[in-house]
Amino acid sequence: MKRTPHARHLPLLVTASLVLLVFIAGALVYPRFASFGVVRNLMVDNAFLAVAAVGATFVILSGAIDLSIGSVMAFTSILLATLIEQHGWHPLAAIAFAVIVGGAFGLAQGLIIQAFELPAFLVTLAGMFIARGGAFLVHPQSLGIKHPFVADVLNERLSLVLPVGPHGVTIPLLVDIALLAIAAAAVVLSFTRLGRNVYAVGDHEQGAMLMGLNIRATRLSVFTISGLCSALAGVVFTLYQQSGDPAACKGLELDAIAAVVIGGTLLRGGIGSVLGSSLGVLLLGLIQTIVTFQGNLNSWWTKIVVGFLVLAFVALQRRFTR
Amino acid sequence: MPEPRRASLPPLLWPLAALALLLCFNFLFTPGFFSVEFRDGRLVGTLIDILNHSSKVAIVAVGMTLVIATGGVDLSVGAVVAICGAVAATLAQRAPMPVIVLAALGAGLAAGLCNGLLVTRLRLQPIVATLVLMVAGRGVAQLITDGLIITFERPALVAVANRSLLALPIPVWIAVGIAALAAAFTRRTAAGMLIEAVGDNDRACRYSGVNESRLRLGVYAFCGLCAGVAGLIECSYIKAADANNAGLFLELDAILAAIIGGTALAGGRFSIAGSLTGALLIQALTKTMYMHDVSADVAPLPKGLAVLAVCILQAPRVKTSLARWAGGRA
Repeated sequence: MKRTPHARHLPLLVTASLVLLVFIAGALVYPRFASFGVVRNLMVDNAFLAVAAVGATFVILSGAIDLSIGSVMAFTSILLATLIEQHGWHPLAAIAFAVIVGGAFGLAQGLIIQAFELPAFLVTLAGMFIARGGAFLVHPQSLGIKHPFVADVLNERLSLVLPVGPHGVTIPLLVDIALLAIAAAAVVLSFTRLGRNVYAVGDHEQGAMLMGLNIRATRLSVFTISGLCSALAGVVFTLYQQSGDPAACKGLELDAIAAVVIGGTLLRGGIGSVLGSSLGVLLLGLIQTIVTFQGNLNSWWTKIVVGFLVLAFVALQRRFTR
Repeated sequence: MPEPRRASLPPLLWPLAALALLLCFNFLFTPGFFSVEFRDGRLVGTLIDILNHSSKVAIVAVGMTLVIATGGVDLSVGAVVAICGAVAATLAQRAPMPVIVLAALGAGLAAGLCNGLLVTRLRLQPIVATLVLMVAGRGVAQLITDGLIITFERPALVAVANRSLLALPIPVWIAVGIAALAAAFTRRTAAGMLIEAVGDNDRACRYSGVNESRLRLGVYAFCGLCAGVAGLIECSYIKAADANNAGLFLELDAILAAIIGGTALAGGRFSIAGSLTGALLIQALTKTMYMHDVSADVAPLPKGLAVLAVCILQAPRVKTSLARWAGGRA
């Protein structure tokens, strides 16, 4: 495969410039667009998508796909709410438990994919059904969280107030969680054996196997990480909404996959980065913000634009990876 | 890995056995499951309900079966159903009936061609190519309906899904018709064999002079057309177009029906009769759960478990050991 380093980073550069371009265009067209408030909201509203996209990046880099993300998020969110509100768990314990459950769910999917040599999209499709049905089994309606710890400590006291603008800008904890997840994933992918194995397996599975890499363990880790990230994204979503909802996040996996692709990760696997995916999430968020600012645009334009962006990026990558 | 031919089990055996098992369960534990009455010139009963509601999945599954047989998959059928429903509902009050039908089916065909071109011209993986329309398609449907749920009172259009013909609901006849046409076309001509050949080894096919591009384009277009028919039926049934929920999860049901019916996910082998049985099985399972007070929201859970069980049973590794076991005993 002929691939110059330049071509490899091109999609990432394109995404970064697109983010800048869209932001500048928004700032020029709409008077109050270039404000700290807009940027803050952009981060707060997309924090859970960013965490979900981190997990999706791992799976896609390894050449697989995970369609269960949105359902696992909904399951986590309603599980959290039920544990805290109806069973009197401490929120921190509930969060830890929910994240572990998500990881176990991902691991189980990985095990089935491995053991029976089934396609990932099929098993995670079944996982999407199971987690969604399970969410409704836990609690059939959305459930508000009124525990003081969540409202006061997690959402208020742990917020960061940046001394910018007239009133300062409050960055809630959930944005920090997302940024931490992105940073941790970037470190794992760039500097650890697991990270290199993920790239190797995604780029050329047989080659990786012949080199003696443990493909089985890599694949299992990747699906476990995706489950963990989905659950963490569910936690962030729950903090964001201050409620659990079994019907939430329908189709969110598509947004996450779209963000990963727009961020320059090859859907075939082997090439891409978490940084790119985060930029992809930002770009999706910016498009959504612009559609909202415009006011008279039907919000469904977002989906159409995202569809075309995905198509454009996939076509761009084909051109540069041949 | 070559397998002795006698060791393979008949492909329709599993889905039929599962369906029989489910019917036995209902015979024992669901009172009134088998009662069918003749009322106002049509049959009424749970079994007829199942037939009626499975027809939509069956129609899409026929198209999906051929796509999967070429080694591909079409994730966009749910979104295409929404688009075609939106087209039909928008035209419902102002266009003549043939125009409505042609427009809806045309939209489906166009969507299918779009997928097919992405797969054959841009050489995208089918999952990726159809993902684009899966994401954008509902947006397009929303755009057509302007984000509203469009309701209509057009007797001719409403009749499509709500009236009966020769005692059975019309969608059942449509499903049977499409399946029969597809089966005749693929099995009476070389088309079926060529589709399987492309799914088995597309490169070998190309070298032996089969125009695999055109064949692939054809199956995606046909799948889109099938989704168009299903969209027309769905919007006729609920007398409205709901861009958000029309055909939601239909792609999963269709893929599931095809796999239950013995169509190999990796391509190379398909059975349209199997897919019909699969669609029936899914609907019978859903209906059974509803009749046993499993809520519609929780229903995906057992369904997902069923999908996993079927997939594991169909997995090559499990299948070889099962076949060896059956062959050893015969």
